[in-house]
Amino acid sequence: MGILEVKNVGKRFGGLQALGDVNLSVAERSVHAIIGPNGAGKSTLLNCLVGKLIPDTGSVMFDGQSVLGRKPHQINQMGISRVFQTPEIFGDLSVLENMMIPCFAKRDGSFGLNAITNVMSEKDVVASAEHMLEDMNMADKREMQASSLSRGDKRRLEIGMCLSQQPRLLLLDEPTAGMARADTNNTIDLLKQISDERDITIAIIEHDMHVVFSLAQRITVLAQGTPLVEDTPDNIKGHPKVREAYLGETQTAA
Amino acid sequence: MFGLNSKDTKLLLVVIALTMLAPFILNPFPEGSAMAQFNGGYPDLMQRLVIFGIFAIGFNILFGLTGYLSFGHAAFLGVGSYAAIWMMKLLTMNVIPAIMISVLVAGLFSLLVGWISLRRSGIYFSILTLAFAQMSYSLAYSVLTPITGGETGLQPKINDPRILDGALAAGETPRANLFGLEMGSSYEMTFGNWVFTFNAGYYIAAVVMILAFYLSIRIFRSPFGMMLRAVKSNQQRLNYTGLNAKPYTLAAFVISGMYAGLAGGLLVAMDTQVGAERMFWTASGEVVLMTILGGAGTLIGPVLGAGFIKYMENIVSKINKTVLEQWFAFMPDGIEDFIITIVYPFVGKGWHLTLGLLFMLVVIFLPGGLVQGGQKVFGLFRRKKASDEKTDGKTTPAE
Repeated sequence: MGILEVKNVGKRFGGLQALGDVNLSVAERSVHAIIGPNGAGKSTLLNCLVGKLIPDTGSVMFDGQSVLGRKPHQINQMGISRVFQTPEIFGDLSVLENMMIPCFAKRDGSFGLNAITNVMSEKDVVASAEHMLEDMNMADKREMQASSLSRGDKRRLEIGMCLSQQPRLLLLDEPTAGMARADTNNTIDLLKQISDERDITIAIIEHDMHVVFSLAQRITVLAQGTPLVEDTPDNIKGHPKVREAYLGETQTAA
Repeated sequence: MFGLNSKDTKLLLVVIALTMLAPFILNPFPEGSAMAQFNGGYPDLMQRLVIFGIFAIGFNILFGLTGYLSFGHAAFLGVGSYAAIWMMKLLTMNVIPAIMISVLVAGLFSLLVGWISLRRSGIYFSILTLAFAQMSYSLAYSVLTPITGGETGLQPKINDPRILDGALAAGETPRANLFGLEMGSSYEMTFGNWVFTFNAGYYIAAVVMILAFYLSIRIFRSPFGMMLRAVKSNQQRLNYTGLNAKPYTLAAFVISGMYAGLAGGLLVAMDTQVGAERMFWTASGEVVLMTILGGAGTLIGPVLGAGFIKYMENIVSKINKTVLEQWFAFMPDGIEDFIITIVYPFVGKGWHLTLGLLFMLVVIFLPGGLVQGGQKVFGLFRRKKASDEKTDGKTTPAE
């Protein structure tokens, strides 16, 4: 059984059946990609996993526990961290402070009323934040305001923030969207390194086939809210149904 | 020092110096001179400066850090005032229990209001807090008259129970005191033509303000303060980082409500009467103005903003036509009348007009408030100094 088990999940927005009947199993310590044409329901599925949306039918189990009905912060505390399509960081705060916040969340849980000690006197949190900044090659930028970072650095920071919570499952929503080729390759290398070095499962939603085929061990193809096939990258590449789904998209677009 | 870094310690020491020396600083002009108009060193005004400073410091913990704009904080100030006056009527004229209960009651009330209002954010949150404050005001004016005194308000009477104090002799008035030291008692120091007033009530309020300011520095620099800034910066990221924004914002709301209650209690300690107009929405708006004018999210800004507005309110509103005629007497008659006609709408009762113009100027040119203005001025001096050094022929490395 996988660390993440999605069973018969359906979600309807008014007249639109965004997700039909999704079954998905993500094996522990694997990199699992979910691909599909625009409007296939990838983001809806992701939002159902992190508590932003509640599916109409079906169940989502993480490590044997249901995530349904829990709030995003509770699901995160279970061990699921999410990287957004556009990097979501604390723009007004310094890079180091950005990294300290997830460290506090890891140490103190979802709320801590420590209004008296100086934030810098929390040695263990500062140390683990600095350690993660070094892992992300960002130690020299620790005093910078996060909003002034480059797009690629913002992405690195966000991934670092997620990792410093030591999640068991890392969800990435098109992590290289809008990136230059060089930044994309850096991100691929970083994710490979994370997957090799850490005890972590990665589920990734991606448009860019280059990224998907460089990283994933398993690929699920989603089309019109239902999984079309699930297989290894090599088998997916030549699969007729996959071609059809992508080809079908271009036909309707034309 | 005191668990602060050197920069914050300096700031705290500056605030301590300013408040302790306020009777001198606010009275720079000799008695009887034409400029004596602008002397603000009398007890009533000085007390207001520091008390509204406390109110604004607390408001800034909510608005400056989390970005949640409450439009109903005067309700907490008012509730604190009513609680304090009831302590004075029932228990003792000593200000300690009055102030303690005002903080407590305002804290409980803000817990209720915050718990409901924080279900929404942005403009809806502001409207909810405004609605609560206006409801409190209307209730205090009408149905709650037995508790609030309605239109007449409340003040300590000679025949109140006051179980801890001895009975007062006939004709004596109950006076607020701190273990016998009356709030109204002052010591006057004459120095040539200058008269400086040292008022007991002012110094007690000033010490409370310094403590409140110190506490706000600690909150700003704490992990809790960092989380509040994170709420303002990106609430979505905060939620997906396993942190629950609601208790953080609620705690900030209650803390700022307690600050407002403290200010309300102190107002009663200095001037033992309360009316419902203290909770009117303009009073809530005033603390928003103070915070933005001084610099929201900065430590010292709200104190400066509160001081500035209260000074303007008391000093500019005192300038009347006779004073203007004195000022411009040196001009030829026609021009004098013309100038007075132009200036008159901006002073006296029209002081709000001056305040409005200044507020517009600050918001347009100094969005960071008076603090940003100060930084710009310092920056100019520093750059000038740096360029002077360069012209000496020595090259200094860029910072």
